[in-house]
Amino acid sequence: MRKNRLSPNRRQLLQGAAAAGLVFTLPKGAKADAGVVNFYNWDTYIGETTLEDFTKATGIKVNYDLFASNDELFAKLRNGNPGYDLIVPTNDYVERMIQADMLMPLDHSKLPNMKNLDPNFLNPAHDPGRKYTIPYFWGTVGIGYRKSAVDGVPDSWAYLYTSDKYAGRIALLGEATTVFQMAFKLMGKSINDWSDENIAAAEKMILAQKDRITAFAPDNGQDLLLAGEVDLAQEWNGDIQQAMDEDDDISYVVPKEGGLLWEDDLAIPKGAPNPDGAHVLINFLLDAEVAAKNADYVYYATPNKAARALLGPEYNENPVIFPPEEVLKKCEISIFPGQEVMSKIDAAWTRIKAAG
Amino acid sequence: MRPFLAGRVMESYRKNFRAFLAFFTPPFVWLVLFFFVPLGIIWLYSFGETEGLTKIRLTWTLENYKRLLEPEIISLFWRSVWLSVISTAVCIVVSYPIAMVIATAKPKWKPWLLLVIILPFWTNLLIRTYALLNILGTRGRLNDLLHWLWSAGDRALSLIGLGDYHLLGERFMPVKFLGEPVGVMIGLVYVYLPFAVLPIYASLERLDRSYLEASLDLGASQWRTFRQILLPLSSGGINTATVITFIPMLGSFLIPDLLGRGQVDMIANVIERQFKSGNDWPFGSALSLFLLYITFILLALQSFHAMRQRKREEARG
Repeated sequence: MRKNRLSPNRRQLLQGAAAAGLVFTLPKGAKADAGVVNFYNWDTYIGETTLEDFTKATGIKVNYDLFASNDELFAKLRNGNPGYDLIVPTNDYVERMIQADMLMPLDHSKLPNMKNLDPNFLNPAHDPGRKYTIPYFWGTVGIGYRKSAVDGVPDSWAYLYTSDKYAGRIALLGEATTVFQMAFKLMGKSINDWSDENIAAAEKMILAQKDRITAFAPDNGQDLLLAGEVDLAQEWNGDIQQAMDEDDDISYVVPKEGGLLWEDDLAIPKGAPNPDGAHVLINFLLDAEVAAKNADYVYYATPNKAARALLGPEYNENPVIFPPEEVLKKCEISIFPGQEVMSKIDAAWTRIKAAG
Repeated sequence: MRPFLAGRVMESYRKNFRAFLAFFTPPFVWLVLFFFVPLGIIWLYSFGETEGLTKIRLTWTLENYKRLLEPEIISLFWRSVWLSVISTAVCIVVSYPIAMVIATAKPKWKPWLLLVIILPFWTNLLIRTYALLNILGTRGRLNDLLHWLWSAGDRALSLIGLGDYHLLGERFMPVKFLGEPVGVMIGLVYVYLPFAVLPIYASLERLDRSYLEASLDLGASQWRTFRQILLPLSSGGINTATVITFIPMLGSFLIPDLLGRGQVDMIANVIERQFKSGNDWPFGSALSLFLLYITFILLALQSFHAMRQRKREEARG
């Protein structure tokens, strides 16, 4: 029998095993101050160095993961938290999560930087007293348009929903709820008035307009605008602001009937492995300078008054980010209408997508 | 000398049961754990009802299956079917000549030609579809080409004195591919063409050329030889190609979503919505299973045909 050249003798084997064993025992104090926070956020929704600054300031590492829509976030957390400490749902999804008991109440004593927030944001309808959430950014949904391709300022939803003036050069959003809500605005109704007649009337309006609509763009309306595929796009203000930075010919307006007012909040889902670390991160994001840096990069409206004080007029007086008072008054916040209405909306939306 | 273990297994699984078990158990466990169990869960979901926002209660209701008969679902399903049928037909028609070229190529070139066909498989589907977005847009490459052809035609017409009549139109109107069924079909054909080429190539490669020689020697024309000898002999490959392009096309989600710009939804887009914004997992499960049943039926039909084909070949030779 040939002796195998590679067979280690017993002593070498034990030495090797001991060395391997040492690797797997970390120093005792390591876990106490170097925790990890799993942060689940929208894409490009935080300053470029914010998370590194956080790790430098507190020693806590951040595992950063991205999602593309509220539905994705909700679907991921529906059957139990897969391990996230901090999430960023929009206001109507915060309502859903509170209803489904998916959020952990916040300990405000661990969030001293809450004093930096604008008092207007401290008691919203979707989370009274800020029991579960801290506001992160807010904004509007309106019309992004190419100035040279349209007459004047297209300040009405009619140009997207009923008019054939810009047929074939229109993009609507890809999510049923928002598209219907803006149709309601055009009809003069509240965006939260989900009566059967309103849904049917909006469905009829969109079906009639379907041939003139180029695309139902889930979140790339600004790309279509920039590429010249459409001249009018129903979009979030921050997306259009980014497009405006690249192309001077693009502008943004909230229609005279009013647009959607939304708010993205920081929340801690139930079953988070490191809620203390999440609180530290929230407090860090509420710090005036950190929030200012974030706002300067993300270019959405920040609810942090102290941060606004640190930023210049270029940000604070930008009408795309901070719409004028008269416009804000006509915008409404979406309230979660309940699962039954959501099914009706989805059925109507499927009918629209199936047609023609 | 003892024969190779796998060879012994292949002889008869009865004779070497333990060896058979050793090979069979790991993939079987995998199949059960990661395919049958999740499929079973989906099957159970389809008989459930959504309770609240996150819970599903198993009530053995047939409501979800009844909803499959709603007009918009039927119409979306019909659209998926005819889009897939036309795209599959185009795929087969385009891939047959390609497979013939590869099968009759010199052995030196065969691997390279096959590589050209297989290479797109190695590129991510999303990237390939995004590439099509660039090509098919109103300012994309295809419309650039059409514009160039149009201006050439326009200039030619004005050269022969017909310029004033604007026979080709006053201005070039870019053709709208994206957001229309034609764009989705181009995308489906583009993505699934390799699936169609390979089985047809395989059956052509296995073909006994002497049949074709005999037919031509006996006086049949090229076309007649093709229609009555070549096509029937390669029908096995064509059937396989049809099935393995049609089934994925029917259930495709990404291509209609990106290239259809939300205007050309197929059945898989509705399924996706049920698991996301619709938050109706039972209905989504019922829809998915419906698609699965259709797939199984098509596969069963195809395997029956293959069995009959084989019996016919055995009887002949």
